[in-house]
Amino acid sequence: MTGLPLEGVRVLDLTVVWAGPFGTMLLADMGAEVIRVENVNVWPTYTRGIMARPPKELAAQYLPWTLGYPDRDPGQRPWNRVSMFNAHARNKLSCTIDLTHPRGRELFWHLVPLCDIVYENNAPETMEKLGITYETLRAARPDIIYVQVPGYGATGPYRNYRALGVHLEGAVGHTLLRTYPDLDPSQTSAVYTGDYLAGAVGAFAALLALHYRRRTGRGQHIDLAQAENAIAMLFQAYMDYALNGRIQTSLGNRDPAAVQGCYPCREEGRDRWVVISIRTDEEWQGFCRALGDPDWAHDPKFADPARRRRHQDELDRHIADWTSQHTSYEVMHILQRHGVPAGAVMDAKDACEDPHLNARGFFQELHQEDCGTHRYPGLLWRYSRTPMSIRRGPVRLGEDNEYVYKELLGVSEEEYRTLEAQGLLGTDYAPHIP
Amino acid sequence: MVGALDDVRIIDLSQEIAGPFCTKLLADYGADVIKIEPPRGGDPARRWGPFKDDDPHPEKSGLFLYLNTNKRSVTLDIATPSGQRILRELVARADVLVEGFPPGTLAGWGLGYESLSRLNPRLVMTSITWFGQTGPYRDFKGSEIVLYAMGGEMYSTGIPDREPIKTALTSSQVQAGAMAAVATLGALLLARAEGLGQHVDLSMMEALCGGIDRRAPSLIGYQYTGEISPRAGGMGLRGYPAGVYPCQDGYIEIAGGAAHWDRIVRMMGEPEPLRDPKWTQPGAQTDPALYQEFLELFLAWTMSHPKREIWRLAQEARVLCAPLNTPADIYNDPHFNQRGFFTEVEHPAAGRHRMPGRPFVMSETPWQLQRPAPLLGEHTEEVLGELGYTREEILILAQTGVI
Repeated sequence: MTGLPLEGVRVLDLTVVWAGPFGTMLLADMGAEVIRVENVNVWPTYTRGIMARPPKELAAQYLPWTLGYPDRDPGQRPWNRVSMFNAHARNKLSCTIDLTHPRGRELFWHLVPLCDIVYENNAPETMEKLGITYETLRAARPDIIYVQVPGYGATGPYRNYRALGVHLEGAVGHTLLRTYPDLDPSQTSAVYTGDYLAGAVGAFAALLALHYRRRTGRGQHIDLAQAENAIAMLFQAYMDYALNGRIQTSLGNRDPAAVQGCYPCREEGRDRWVVISIRTDEEWQGFCRALGDPDWAHDPKFADPARRRRHQDELDRHIADWTSQHTSYEVMHILQRHGVPAGAVMDAKDACEDPHLNARGFFQELHQEDCGTHRYPGLLWRYSRTPMSIRRGPVRLGEDNEYVYKELLGVSEEEYRTLEAQGLLGTDYAPHIP
Repeated sequence: MVGALDDVRIIDLSQEIAGPFCTKLLADYGADVIKIEPPRGGDPARRWGPFKDDDPHPEKSGLFLYLNTNKRSVTLDIATPSGQRILRELVARADVLVEGFPPGTLAGWGLGYESLSRLNPRLVMTSITWFGQTGPYRDFKGSEIVLYAMGGEMYSTGIPDREPIKTALTSSQVQAGAMAAVATLGALLLARAEGLGQHVDLSMMEALCGGIDRRAPSLIGYQYTGEISPRAGGMGLRGYPAGVYPCQDGYIEIAGGAAHWDRIVRMMGEPEPLRDPKWTQPGAQTDPALYQEFLELFLAWTMSHPKREIWRLAQEARVLCAPLNTPADIYNDPHFNQRGFFTEVEHPAAGRHRMPGRPFVMSETPWQLQRPAPLLGEHTEEVLGELGYTREEILILAQTGVI
């Protein structure tokens, strides 16, 4: 008994890249037994890395958040060591079943009835080619919950359109709304807000369906289009168009009603920044007090929120003059003491060493056999009575093959060895995969 | 029609963005969400734009109209003893309480989790705050940009010689609000199974720090390599084309690279210069001179095609690509319209409009717009009536400032 909300719930996880796996991670954190079904003979690009076996020199050129291998070494099994995968792989199980092989498919269909939820985020035709649809799943288990999270949804003209998160951000309007206002939209980095929201809302949908199934005994199909779901993060711009026919443009770091920005701080051999928002008179007064009531702050140009916004370029120069004399943490603490919303722009080192996150015990040390021991970001919320925990580290490819094949599917030792010898299951991607 | 949560009642003390987005998700799938607003002025979000016709009327805020669909609004001054007593009555009959006050505020009114759980042991109480209920920053003030700077991956968002840049609008608060809905529903499932509720402490900073939009990957990447992810353009992927390029009527986002060179060539209609074997030789994708040569050919092609046409050609060739759209493009797009994404609303103050609809389709218990966002106090009489107050008594509460 773990006493967690999803204890006893089993999830068959066919998710790839980020939007799907982040959702099943949340279900796993809440106690579900999430079984990733992977395939040693098919390389899922962007899931367990970009290449199965990248040369060390090449891997070193990628950003730490994509191909951050421990000590910059892809190692023996790079797919178990890669930051872009290990960020969502805790608390999960992994088995490898080759769905392109008849015996693999047979075993898959023996596994389905043992699961409560099937969760995936592939293009619909990819699943259909494998014979996986809500109808076939329901035939295997009548009260199954099928959470389908494709880029553009299970129906409609774009249902099989291919996209990574960054393309969906462009398609729904996020990219144009977050550019530097004075630069071309190519001049920024990719973000994946939609992957986050698809994960959260996908997990929410799974919970809704479970609640309804507990009430009625009925399963259901969920069609979550990542693109539609991401529009919730742009709702002000959509509502402005709906109500006024206006097309909003990017404000960068500014706010429609507050004086807000990102300001440089004193160098400490690093690139340092702080963000500040001043909305109300009270916050403005607090800000002025924090700066020792400088003369320029009494200029009538800054007398009310509207004038402060009108003269923000000038105000920003004063603010930056002050912030650049301090560290980002100093500015944050000084302004917060005076009731002004301000925060250090935390790089990864700041966050890992941050007193607040550490006082709350956010990070958790975990061991994983192919990576060693590291500190990992922890749980996304706290339950007072049934605390969640990270029960195991990022799952390795095929780590739970014995459990799934032998205990769940009742495959004999002999057949298990045969399948392994035939290369239909294992813990390594097939040698021909680069 | 049935809603998945039509057996769930929620008391919603939250205001502004994150909490209301959490309870919107719950209300839109059937929960009875009773939104408690301060009698004078209501939820501050009523004062935030965009407004219909730019009229800053509390019933014309597009921000409020979006975030509060399917909820009932009750005015109640919970800073008064009578307001607190009425709230306790409401909580006694509810499954969930969602709140977003600065930590300790509710306890100061005798409405903390300890006190409310004695009244209703099955209660799930979700507290959504910038920094959580404990820790050195618990009393810090927050804002969207502060949240993204401290909890999100703002540091590496942007380009190297400029300041870090936030994501659009209030996307981080929407993410945190959605996470609060997951946490709440998980606790509710357990409360139904075991008859015991609990307190959910959601720190928006942590909800982002553990998130997949590069923050958790970047923190793990740092632990693994000792390196901080810098601000870098594009996806940080190698090969070309990759990133945003101008076209005839705007911009497209596209990803190609060595592995799919044939697809890029097919998308562009097999132009002779790109069929040369030099493009697929080892090292071609990292050769700056070759990239310049490609870029000239590629831009000549993109600038002679509109973004939707490039999108279609790319998809036919199985190239990852999308146009950079505006909301107007999506409102007029056949795909989103055929799927019935937008929903028609008739609102007494803001009039008729089409708003973005369901985040996902459920086959058995579909999303429904049963009512638009409520007018301030629209359901005060109805809800107090459910508690047994007569119309005369409600009048007394109104005249004494309780409601």
